[in-house]
Amino acid sequence: MDRVGIEERAAVLGKRSIKTTAKQQGIRLAVSMLDLTTLEGADTPGKIRHLCAKAVCPAPTMPEIPSCAAVCVYPSLAGVAHEALEGTGVRTASVATAFPSGQASLEVKLRDTEDALAAGADEIDMVISREAFLAGEDTRVMEEIVRVKDACGDAHLKVILETAELGSYEHVRHASLLAMEAGADFIKTSTGKAASGATPGVTLVMLEAIRDYMERTGRPVGMKAAGGVSTSKAALHRLVLVKETLGDEWLSAERFRIGASSLLNDLLMQYQKTQSGRYARPEEFSKE
Amino acid sequence: MTRARTAIAWDYAPAPESTDHVRLRDSYGLFIDGDFRDPREGARVPSINPSTEEPIAEVAHAGPADLRRAIDAARAAQPRWASLSGLERGKYLFRIARLIQERARELAVVESMDGGKPVRESRDVDIPLAAAHFFHYAGWADKLSYGVGGREVAPLGVAAQIVPWNFPLLMAAWKLAPALACGNTAVLKPAETTPLSALLLAEICQEAELPAGVVQIVPGDGATGAALVRQEGIDKVAFTGSTSVGKDIQAALAGRGVSLTLELGGKSANIVFEDAALDQAVEGIVNGIFFNQGHVCCAGSRLLIQESVAETVVARLWERMGRLRVGDPLDKNTDVGAINSREQLERIDELVSAGEGEGAVRRTIACDLPERGYWFAPTLFTEVAPAHRIAVEEIFGPVVSVLTFRTQAEAIDKANNSPYGLAAGVWTDKGAKAFEVASALQAGVVWQNTYNHFDPSAAFGGYKESGFGREGGPAGLRPYVRVS
Repeated sequence: MDRVGIEERAAVLGKRSIKTTAKQQGIRLAVSMLDLTTLEGADTPGKIRHLCAKAVCPAPTMPEIPSCAAVCVYPSLAGVAHEALEGTGVRTASVATAFPSGQASLEVKLRDTEDALAAGADEIDMVISREAFLAGEDTRVMEEIVRVKDACGDAHLKVILETAELGSYEHVRHASLLAMEAGADFIKTSTGKAASGATPGVTLVMLEAIRDYMERTGRPVGMKAAGGVSTSKAALHRLVLVKETLGDEWLSAERFRIGASSLLNDLLMQYQKTQSGRYARPEEFSKE
Repeated sequence: MTRARTAIAWDYAPAPESTDHVRLRDSYGLFIDGDFRDPREGARVPSINPSTEEPIAEVAHAGPADLRRAIDAARAAQPRWASLSGLERGKYLFRIARLIQERARELAVVESMDGGKPVRESRDVDIPLAAAHFFHYAGWADKLSYGVGGREVAPLGVAAQIVPWNFPLLMAAWKLAPALACGNTAVLKPAETTPLSALLLAEICQEAELPAGVVQIVPGDGATGAALVRQEGIDKVAFTGSTSVGKDIQAALAGRGVSLTLELGGKSANIVFEDAALDQAVEGIVNGIFFNQGHVCCAGSRLLIQESVAETVVARLWERMGRLRVGDPLDKNTDVGAINSREQLERIDELVSAGEGEGAVRRTIACDLPERGYWFAPTLFTEVAPAHRIAVEEIFGPVVSVLTFRTQAEAIDKANNSPYGLAAGVWTDKGAKAFEVASALQAGVVWQNTYNHFDPSAAFGGYKESGFGREGGPAGLRPYVRVS
């Protein structure tokens, strides 16, 4: 892995010119891939219900804007989200396994996961033990993923690598491969709580790991870019990375997600601008 | 209310760079003694856009009497230019650099219209580097003796400079900036197919109030170039172009006391070892051979891959090639533009047919090519033997020939087994190996874990039939001064 080369390639793809219809379609696609997220200590059932309404119908005045892919919350609020989203096609995602640090025993992590599933979560976003990974204990990292995956049953498992804490692109790639070997349905960059998130370089390295794993095993694995993707430009850059690394088959919510909270309103504002030719006031879009 | 979930198809919409801001005249004269002048003998010839075959503007070609006039103007202006302090000459060069930056967008569009290269490259590489070259040598103008080991320097006099069509403005900058910094005056002949950006540079010289006669721009064809180097009254020839023309120039200058630098062709080896970062190596291969449609003298056209990873690298390269976007040079998302001229397209066709005839396996990506204009889709040859013409001769197009090797010694041996020696790439994660291989390669430039990166502070030039003399950095001052 060559850091300079990776970042150069990722930056070049950020220069693709996405205008007019490509911009509109790209923004609609990004909305459909969004895991609308709130992970705060202050989250209440009321806030979750508001967020769910927004995920189902992001822009009532623009019917061509699709629903988001999922709403992502803490396990204690997964039940509220599940109830609010029932029958809408928007999935309930819950973080679990002592999110965000992962510093807990496996028993506690499994119990956390079971709670989220019992509350109706369709998707589990687990964190790997960076503590084990950095100590070189690959087997323990994988063992945890395998056990959580078992507990998940039909629910989709996204494995968060927290790339900002891994220290190098080699580690990002290695952790990606471990997670996929252990059965991850998605690999995800970040918790959103660390210093950096889904940078273009990290995104590219993980997409290439998915490509190589797919080539070897034939199993497609999804990718979720979370953390730091807060503007339409950044979101479209991530879609370009996907398109030119894995191809169009990955351009759907089944295979690619973006985890974010503030991104949605920027997408809506930019979309409206492509139609009206002017930027709306931020207040014209509901915060949640 | 639930939103329907239907698949959303996504492709890039056309993103053409606007041409509204381009201020081209219908017809350009010869730039001699500070002004555009009608030719005394030469004809006016349209410059063609190779992506549409439409004429863009009419350009005067210089005949022998015009060349005479240009050289006389340069000669007359030279003593005064040389007598300016280095600081003063530097000010003019800084001014030119800034004006290039100010007109960067226009220059990029003209470069892509006239030459066929993707606007992404002219915008991000050609024009910024041309400005950077003027900035770099502006800085040297008052420090010349520091660039040659503390010795006294004097300018040579009048430099006749002939540049190719692959990087028209950038090559003009490579030639003019050091010549002027050292106190020489210049007569520059741009290439027949791409004269326009050099003529815009002439306008910039006027805007910069460069003293009349310091720079002459005299467009023309090969015959004009041949006549230029045979004129009396020149002290220096700097040529970038083909090896055969370079040899002709060298013969014409023999015994005349005219100093010469040649930057000629290449068949540069791009060497991928098994311990390389392969994904980044694939990017480097793509950048090495498909950058500017392969119209790059230092293109990594001989790809040497260690056998143990050859299959993987070729598979990934082929997959990556399939994602190249070929088409309208002015579209901001185009990766590979038009071939520069019909003549060049015919040469590529001829060599590629020879490759097939000799038994190499050809793969060309499937892509829609425009009906008009000159196009060649990116092509990969495997099963290439070192004796095949496509492994030996410069194709100067988007065509890469893949050869394999087993050991480091064999890689060095194969890389050096060429009449050329312009550039090379070495891909390995092992630092010691990279330096060991680089110092054994007979190439003027060796890139480690990258390719086709240029910087005005780095010397560029060749070994063997790739020429002699260096351009860029302090080494680039040397060909324009007499050291005492």
